[in-house]
Formats: sequence, structure tokens, C-alpha cells
Amino acid sequence: MRIKRLAAIAAVAVLAFGAAACGSDSDTPSTPSGESPLVAKAKAGQLKFGVKADQPGLGLQAGSAYEGFDIEIAKIIAKGLGGDAAKNTYVTTVSANREPFIQTGQVDIVVATYTINDDRKKKVNFAGPYFTAGQDLLVPTASTITGPEGLDGKKVCSVTGSTPAKRIKEKYPKAQLQEFDAYSKCIEALNTGTVDAVTTDDIILAGYAAQSQYAGKFKLVGKPFSSEPYGIGLKLEDKAGCTKINEILKASVTDGSYKAAWDATLGKSGTPAPTLDVSKLTNCPA
Amino acid sequence: MDVFLDPANRQAYLDGFLTILKLTGASALLALALGMLLAACRVSPVPVLRALGAGWVHLFRNTPLTLVILFCFFGLYSAVGVEFSEDIHVNNYWLAVTGLSAYTAAFVCEAIRSGINTVPVGQAEAARALGLSFSQNLRLIILPQAMRSVVAPLGSILIALTKNATIAGVIGVAEASSAMKALIESNGDQTIAIFAVFALTFVALLVPVGYAFSALANRLVVRR
Amino acid sequence: MMSASVLYDHPGPRARMRNRVLSVVFGLLVVAGLYGIYRAFDSTQQWTWEKWQPFFETVTVNGQTANFWTDYALPGLLATLEAAATAMLLALAFGLVFSVARLSEHRWIRVPAGVVVEFFRAVPVLLMIFFLSFGGFWVFGTLIPPFWSVVIGLTLYNGSVLAEAFRAGIRAVPRGQSEAAYSLGLTKGQVMRMILIPQAARSMLPVIVSQLVVVLKDTALGYIVSYPELMLEGSKGYAVFTNAVPTFMVLALIYIVINGLLTLVAHLLERRANRLGVTNPATKAAAAATAATGLGGGGGGAGGA
Repeated sequence: MRIKRLAAIAAVAVLAFGAAACGSDSDTPSTPSGESPLVAKAKAGQLKFGVKADQPGLGLQAGSAYEGFDIEIAKIIAKGLGGDAAKNTYVTTVSANREPFIQTGQVDIVVATYTINDDRKKKVNFAGPYFTAGQDLLVPTASTITGPEGLDGKKVCSVTGSTPAKRIKEKYPKAQLQEFDAYSKCIEALNTGTVDAVTTDDIILAGYAAQSQYAGKFKLVGKPFSSEPYGIGLKLEDKAGCTKINEILKASVTDGSYKAAWDATLGKSGTPAPTLDVSKLTNCPA
Repeated sequence: MDVFLDPANRQAYLDGFLTILKLTGASALLALALGMLLAACRVSPVPVLRALGAGWVHLFRNTPLTLVILFCFFGLYSAVGVEFSEDIHVNNYWLAVTGLSAYTAAFVCEAIRSGINTVPVGQAEAARALGLSFSQNLRLIILPQAMRSVVAPLGSILIALTKNATIAGVIGVAEASSAMKALIESNGDQTIAIFAVFALTFVALLVPVGYAFSALANRLVVRR
Repeated sequence: MMSASVLYDHPGPRARMRNRVLSVVFGLLVVAGLYGIYRAFDSTQQWTWEKWQPFFETVTVNGQTANFWTDYALPGLLATLEAAATAMLLALAFGLVFSVARLSEHRWIRVPAGVVVEFFRAVPVLLMIFFLSFGGFWVFGTLIPPFWSVVIGLTLYNGSVLAEAFRAGIRAVPRGQSEAAYSLGLTKGQVMRMILIPQAARSMLPVIVSQLVVVLKDTALGYIVSYPELMLEGSKGYAVFTNAVPTFMVLALIYIVINGLLTLVAHLLERRANRLGVTNPATKAAAAATAATGLGGGGGGAGGA
């Protein structure tokens, strides 16, 4: 496997180079060794967050600005790292490119409805979870679908290659799965009656249902059939950063900024803020 | 390369290319028929038909195929209600074929029209002097000569169509590029091997087609 | 249009009558068809002011103001043009180098150049862009930003197409030209540089512009790697305004206008070249035939998607 070896050499070279860069960084007094490189970036106002751009309530690009719960979490993290949240740069990511974006340094931190799972843990590091969602169905208000069992022969839409799409394929093979590259296309298809249901995490669906342009048209079935802990993705080797972000999350519960973030975004639909179980912030590698 | 040792992954790869071939086959036939019709419109004596042909060509030649195929789903199917099948996968396949054919027909039309332009004026004049009508002239004198000079461009259009079939992925047709994307997502460290396999499959499919068409074009060429 | 006039005589009174009748009949059919399309879209309320308002004025959605043009379409268009212009310049350079390389008398230059050109002509642009963006890290040890994934992918493909077109153009320069040049004692390099390329290059203009249209459309594939071009920005727009079908129509119109302008400029330049008598018909035909081939790598396709 010559190619693999080449890749390995390249990776080692990159790591060595990165380590050297870190080494020289740690000589400067502003970043004592052992501290995450994120802190220096935050202080310099250079943090780049990977976020979703098409998920109302969570990460939505409206005009030139981004808004949503994920964006508010990004602001809390930036502040907690000692930076200025107003200086955050947001980069649009889609489900398919979140790991590569972190691995290649295109973004520093990903807050983009990012479910923690074992496969992903091999490639990136997760702080959090800052929220636990579950896969659910969004259907037109008049629909008789009451759960995933009712999907036989029905058309259900999700994002190509996403976890919810895979789950439908494996567990409910009688459903007709329509795949697009973005949920916005699924919602458009649901709005026109082209598909019978859209499936992904309940919180994402709730965000769509709460948008004023869809008021009264859709309802959430409300029977989650999975558990999706949302994590904050960062570089695999940045253990210090992971621990630091978990501390920031803990603090945000105590000082109320977590609840404020919810109330300003997803909470607008009337859903009360969830309680963040700080005892579960255990995903950082030891 | 161990990614291809998994039978499920091998199946995804094979299915992806099978879908590409199916999309290409159906679209090529439809685009050829439609393209010839449009070319006939563009050279006809009736101004309205000429405008119709020209309009079609301008519309589709200047619009990205991604947009055309997305419009087939959201415009033709969602908004207008054109449905080919109850089965969502069969339906998406035919929506993609519709978009690919409409788009490719514009290029086929232009290739045939420029082929007609390569037939010397004297040929048509002689035919007219013999009393042949427009359609006889086109059918017996011009097209047989034009089609020979059109073989090479049509070959290239077929090649482009095969590659363009990857864009059907935007409406959820499980073709080769979607398969490659899925494999890379779960096996990032083997990206190069995965790309090499997919790219070389396209090369193996298309380079022979290119040579076959240029050999055919050389045999058929009208020496003047 | 030239061909149209040779296929039939100047219409006499009867033929004019017949053409007029046919025009009216087909005209009615076209109008009926257009009306049918209008009604079909009307049945799902695609023409409502609500759905078209965002294209004419700033609207308020979810308490935020948003404008289709300044927030989405214009930034997207700018990114599209930027990527297309960069890719085209690089593709021209690539095409020139590889066309000459493929005409080389040295096998060790000719063969590798041929392999490169054939490879990039056969691989879909979508695959290239995807690989560069997500695989670039594993190959070069560094990330390739979305802009460069799009530009490099388009350069390699369109450069290869241009290389073939240039080669056909150079080979179509009448043999007498190079024979005369050799008999004057010019070297191979001089013949290529002073006789063949200048003649071929002048007749390349239509090919270059038609390829520019292809490049512009194919930038639509950039959405797949989150390059914020017109398609991606447009789809962000309709997620906010919930007007997918009207947005697709407007996006198509923008592409058609821009590509139409490009084609118009090409025709004007070509007419000027013809008037000055600098084009060589054989060269032009050969190049155009090859370029027709290269059409629509991704159709923008993917355009994008």
C-alpha cells in the first residue's frame, strides 16, 4: 500500500510541522505550553467557526450575518476563551465536510448540529455535548403519520449520506427515501407536498416549523427514535482545548448565558430551555 | 485500497457506474432525437420554428446543468406535477434524464447545424436545380453529408453527457460521484485510492469512446 | 443562418403564403405551450407577489430584513465571476503549453502530455473538485481552499479541452504555410512560433469564448465544496424567502444574460476579425469542432447542485 504509506508520511510531516509551529508558539509568553492554541487565536480575534447556514434556529445565514443557537454557543465559547465574540468568523459547512474542515484547519471549531459518534471521534475531538437531540419526523399539519413505523411506502426526505438518511435506509427500508444535499431543499419539497415527511434531529425540524413563513403548516411528530448528542468539534490533538470548552459550557449554565442563548433563538418558538446535564461533559480524551 | 475489499463498498461503486450508464444511454437517445428536430427547426423556412430552435439552444446552453436538473425536480415535478413513477427512485431517474436530454439536445442541435454549414453551397444549389423540395434536399443531400462531419462532435457530446450524468446526484440519484463522496466521507485516509479508482473508471469508459468516434469520423470524412 | 438560405429558394408567392400560414399555426402552438406552462406553475401558486416580492424589494423575514440582490445574488455573482476569470486565464496557459507539447516531435514530451490531457478530459469536473477539496490535504499535506478547488478543477478540465482545440487549429493551418516557411530556412521552433501559432490563435476566439461560457456555468459546481457562488447563495436565499421555483427562474436568467453577453462580445470580435481577413476558415472549423466536444463538463453542473 504505497499510497497509504505516502499519506502516512505526509500526515507525519504535517504533524511534525504543526508540532514545530506549536513549539515556537509556546516560547512566546502569551501562550504557555499545555494551553490550547485556540486561546491565542481567540485573543487575537482570529477564531473561525464552522456553522450551518441553512438551519433556522440553529445556524442560518440571513443576509450577511449568521444567527441561531449554534452561533450563540460559538459566541459563548469565544468569550470564554478570552476573545471578543464580535470578531468571530463564521464559515458555512455542510454535513459532508465538517471533519475535513477541522482536520485541514479551514475552521478552528465546528458548532454545526454535530452528533458525537465513535467514527467521528477517530478523526476529530468533541467537547460537549451541549444539547441532546433525537431523530424525529416533520410532517404537514394534517398528516396521519405518527412515527417511523407509519412511513411504509411514504416519501421521506433527508440529506445525502447523513446519519438520519442511513438510519431510514437500514431500519425502515419500506420508506421511499429522497436525498438532497441540504435540508432547505427537503423543506421546500415538504412545503409543496412532494414528500410526506422530512426526517432529521427534532431540534432542526423544530427550527423550520417555527419559521414565520411556515407558520401552521407543519408539525413535529414528537416521538424521537434516536439520541443525538451534539458536540463541539475541534482538532483531534487539541485535548487542552476540549477540556477548556467543557469548562466554558459548565460556566455558561451557572451564569445563565446558556439559557439566554436558547431563549434568544430556539426558545422563541415557546419551547423552554433544556437543562444541560454538566455531568455528561465527558467526551474529551483523557 | 482496503476500502474496496468491503463488498458493500464494491457494490456502491458498481451501482454508481451502472446508474451513470443507464442515465447516459436513455439521455443520449432522447437528446439525439430532440437535437435533430431542433436543428431542423433552426434551418427551416418558417421563422417561428427558427426562433423556437434558437430559443431552446440559448436557454439550455447558457444555464448550468445543476440548475436545469434541480428545476426538473422542483419545477417540473413539485410545482407542475409531472410524475413518471410512484417509485421515488425511478421518478428521480427519469427527471434527471429529462434534464440531461433537454440540456444535451441544445448541443446536439448546434453540432448538426454547424455540420450543415460545412456542406458546400453548391450541393444544395445543385439539388434545388434538380427540383428537390426543402425536405428532400435536407434528407437526401444535406444531412447524409452533414452527419458525417458531425460524427466527431457528437462523440464529444456523448462523452460530455456521460460525465454530466454525475450531476444527477443533486436530486438524489445514486450515481458514481455520490458513491465516491459517501466512500470518502467514511474513509478519508484512503481518499487518493478512492479517487483513483473512480477517475480511472471514467477514463477507461470514455477514452476508448473518444478514439472510436474519431476513427469513425476519419473513415466517414467527406474528402473535398 | 447561412445554411438556411441555401436549403430553399427565395420563396415565391405560394411559398410565402405557406410559410405565413405555418408561422401562424406554429406561433399559436408556441403561445399555447407557453400558456400551458404558465398555468401549470400557477396551479401551485408560483406567480404570487409573495414569492416574487424578494426580487423587487427588501423584505422582512423572521424579524430580519433581507434583500435577494444585495445579500445573496450579487455577492454570489461576484464570486462566480472571480472563479471563472481566474480559471479561464489559467486554462488558456495550460491549453497553450499542452497543445504545443502534444505536437512535439519528441516522444517523451508528446506522450506524457497526451496522457495528462486525455485523463483530465475524461474525469468529470465534479469528481475533480470534490477530490481537491477533501483529498487535497492527503495529497499535498495542506488544505486547498474552496476557491482554488473550483479554479484548479475547472483549469485542468477546460485547459485540456483548449489544448485539443489549439492543437486541431494548429494542425489545420494549410501545409503549404509551413512548407514555405521551412523552405525559407526557418527552424521548427520558428515555424511554430512565427507561422502556425499566430494563424491558429486568431481563429481561436470563438472557441475561447464558448469555453468561457462553459467555465462560468461549471463554477456552479462550487456549491459542493461550500464555495459561495451564485447557486449556493441563491439557495440560501430561497431557504429564507421560501420561493425555490421563482429563485431558480431568476438564477437561470442571470446566467443566461451573462453568458449571452459573453457570446455577443465574441460575435462582435469575430466579425471584426473576419473583416480584417485574419481568420483562416479551415483552422476555425477544426478548432470549433474540437471545442464543441468539450462542452459542458459539469454543466455547471452541478452544477452544481
